Amino acid sequence: MKARQRQLLWIAVVLIVVLACSFYSANGPQTTAVLAGTVRAATLLTLGALCGMIGERSGVVNIGIEGQFLMSAFFAFTVTSITGSLFMGAMAGIATGLTMGWMLAAMAVGLKVDQIIAGTVLNIGALGLTSFFYDGSRSLGVGKYTNIDLGSLADLPLVGTVFFSRPPITYLTMVLLVVVHVALFRSVWGMRTRAIGEHPGAADTVGIDVLRLRYINVTLAGGFAGLGGSYLALEAVGTFSRGMSGGRGFLALAVMIFGRRSPFGAYAAALFFGFTTALQNHFQLNSVFDIPPQFVGMLPFVVTIIVVALSGLMGSMRDPAALGQTYEKG
Amino acid sequence: MTDLLLAARNVTKQFPGVLANDDVSVELKPGRILALLGENGAGKSTLVNVLFGMYRPDGGQIIIKDEVVDLRGPDDAISRGIGMVHQHFQLVPPMRVVENIVLGAEPTKRGLVDLDEARLRVVELSTKYGLEVDPDALVEDLPVGMQQRVEILKALYRNADVLILDEPTGVLTPQEADHLLRVLRGLTETGVGIVFITHKLREVLAIADDIVVLREGRVVGTTTPDQATESGLAEMMVGRSVVLRVEKQAAQPGDVVLQVDDLKVNDDRGQLAVDGVSLQVRAGEIVGVAGVEGNGQRELVEAITGLRHASSGAMAIGGKPLTNSSTRQIAANGVGHIPEDREKHGIIAAYSLAENSVLNRYHRTPFSSRGIMHREVIYEHAQSVVEEFDVRTPSVTVAASSLSGGNKQKLIVGREFSENIKLLVAAQPTRGIDIGAIEFIHRRIVEQRDKGAAVLLVSAELDEILSLADRVAVLYDGKLVDVLDANVATRERVGLLMAGITD
Ligand SMILES: Nc1ncnc2c1ncn2[C@@H]1O[C@H](COP(=O)(O)OP(=O)(O)OP(=O)(O)O)[C@@H](O)[C@H]1O
Ligand SMILES: [Mg+2]
Repeated sequence: MKARQRQLLWIAVVLIVVLACSFYSANGPQTTAVLAGTVRAATLLTLGALCGMIGERSGVVNIGIEGQFLMSAFFAFTVTSITGSLFMGAMAGIATGLTMGWMLAAMAVGLKVDQIIAGTVLNIGALGLTSFFYDGSRSLGVGKYTNIDLGSLADLPLVGTVFFSRPPITYLTMVLLVVVHVALFRSVWGMRTRAIGEHPGAADTVGIDVLRLRYINVTLAGGFAGLGGSYLALEAVGTFSRGMSGGRGFLALAVMIFGRRSPFGAYAAALFFGFTTALQNHFQLNSVFDIPPQFVGMLPFVVTIIVVALSGLMGSMRDPAALGQTYEKG
Repeated sequence: MTDLLLAARNVTKQFPGVLANDDVSVELKPGRILALLGENGAGKSTLVNVLFGMYRPDGGQIIIKDEVVDLRGPDDAISRGIGMVHQHFQLVPPMRVVENIVLGAEPTKRGLVDLDEARLRVVELSTKYGLEVDPDALVEDLPVGMQQRVEILKALYRNADVLILDEPTGVLTPQEADHLLRVLRGLTETGVGIVFITHKLREVLAIADDIVVLREGRVVGTTTPDQATESGLAEMMVGRSVVLRVEKQAAQPGDVVLQVDDLKVNDDRGQLAVDGVSLQVRAGEIVGVAGVEGNGQRELVEAITGLRHASSGAMAIGGKPLTNSSTRQIAANGVGHIPEDREKHGIIAAYSLAENSVLNRYHRTPFSSRGIMHREVIYEHAQSVVEEFDVRTPSVTVAASSLSGGNKQKLIVGREFSENIKLLVAAQPTRGIDIGAIEFIHRRIVEQRDKGAAVLLVSAELDEILSLADRVAVLYDGKLVDVLDANVATRERVGLLMAGITD
């Protein structure tokens, strides 16, 4: 990161802290609610972004995250409602995500189908199948994942509730952020992954099996989206409904791009987008503005368009050079 | 120590319509340098690609350290101690030098890449062999000469005891090339064997221990530097005697064709690369631009041909102001351009040779009308370019990517010359071309001049400039330090100016 960007980052952080504190002193409960909502919305986006970035860093675009979310949420819910175990459901969600990731890899890497088309297949397939098999009479019965307080940390004002009194998948996501960061930028796997996304030919000449690594990564990445699906059904909502991913798989891609395909960048971006979502909920619940709720509901998406357009203008991002291209040996 | 590091025995390689290697045998012993010579398309790159496991031979054997091997891919060759520096560098631009060097063979500590260890080894190797490079620099920020060092270090890091270099000096400045030759010599003292492809006979005579000459896929001669002469080698390559000097009459300059006034251009990183250059090129003269590479030549050429935005100043062709016009507008005003980077700006690799032969005017009659291209006319045209410029290819319908490096260059030159042009901008027009073809292209450039074209010639080869140019302009640090008439432009004087010394 350049010195100037670092400076800007610090200014932003200080500004956010000052604003949060002053709002908190003015209206404690509502500020806490909005910020807790921010973290809640950010979790799903972060998991989606992690899925997207592992694929894109290896050169494979994944626009099927939306479908991966939806399908995983469906199986997470169904398995939990049958077995009565949230844990089994969460595992089923992850397994579903891995399977969807494997399908994407088989199409986009194995069969060299256009990556956008392969992702679209996942999205359409997931929407169709989950809607068809959806059984409205099912319910979880066992309730959803609930908040776990992290000792005395949870008693801190504001941040205690916002960060340290959260349900398990949210904590897991924060751990995964660190894990993926270290893996991507420090491990052998990460170095090779970045190389095959930038210059697969160079990786090939030093003996790295480009197609195999892409296959593995895209499959693995699906697991993150799968965990996102579990989160959606078992932690955020506590049930399944038709099309419940509601475009957040696509929003996760914006989060990933805005976060420069790095885990912490993506988390910062996810918090930002999560904040717009939480704010929109707050406005709707408390009827802050006298405008139809549909328009207020557009807020996160309008902000997405503006932010992505602006960040494109600033020219701050560069895609991996081999993104979206199939690799032919020789 | 084994006495045979690497050998090809009766290797044959067939491409569709071309027998690229025909019963070729070569040998490399430890501590020796084997130079491969031959015309464009003779099969040199094919042979080394076979030795490196990139292509499978259709017949014959490969022997590595006295053992017959079956290479299934480059990694097989690498693990047997063969390293190759490709004509196109295989580096990951946004990654650091050290990361590029260790990629695929990373040292680890507690499961993570041990970059400190890697850096130590890289620094150790680079001081040992005189290949200094900043291990933490991003590859994309390095000039080509440095990138090549990274490629060599990559091979040495993997303990290569055979190093194959395909036209390594083609992209280097003469100074860098000399340095590279010294490095290679140093390497042989540690027992490394080197296979070296080049078109520059001077280099071959200076450095090789053994010389093998290929023609049309076959070995036509084996010799050593003390038995060979430049003209003898040239004749062996081409099969006829070659005139190594350019014959031309005195120039008869006419009206000003290219007028450049106080032009300022930035490079890719936004830094001023051309700093207020003013220059005129008249009809019927060749103006050579000399300078150590990286002193603004590329940016100047790109601004004149419309590939790069000029930040200030003016440029006119035939009296018509064309500053920052599109490449098509500029071409439509009678400008031919032989670009420096033929892969990037010269051809479209996936298109056929025929399509590439009309890239600059496929949209005009007779090649198309009302938006429809006429295949027959284009094929005929391509055929005539192929014949006139001796492009070696089985047909005009093959993809341009299947041409050998030098034949791609001949195709580009043929395309740009096959129309009446007012101004020819030629950047490194003979890079990667064999001696016979250089002679031919030089003659054609002079012919264009005599037909009344203005020629702006940029070359890293001082000899090329001195033998062709009627006036020599010297660029240093983005500024035009002097313009000399050819009769006073001696090697020494131009050399001093290139170093920025204006007395
Ligand atoms: N991948 C390929 N497909 C088809 N034909 C090819 C391919 N590669 C090379 N050829 C053909 O094989 C012949 C030998 O090519 P090669 O690249 O070995 O020549 P070269 O000696 O390296 O020439 P240059 O000096 O121009 O680089 C040429 O006629 C070329 O057109
Ligand atoms: Mg070649």
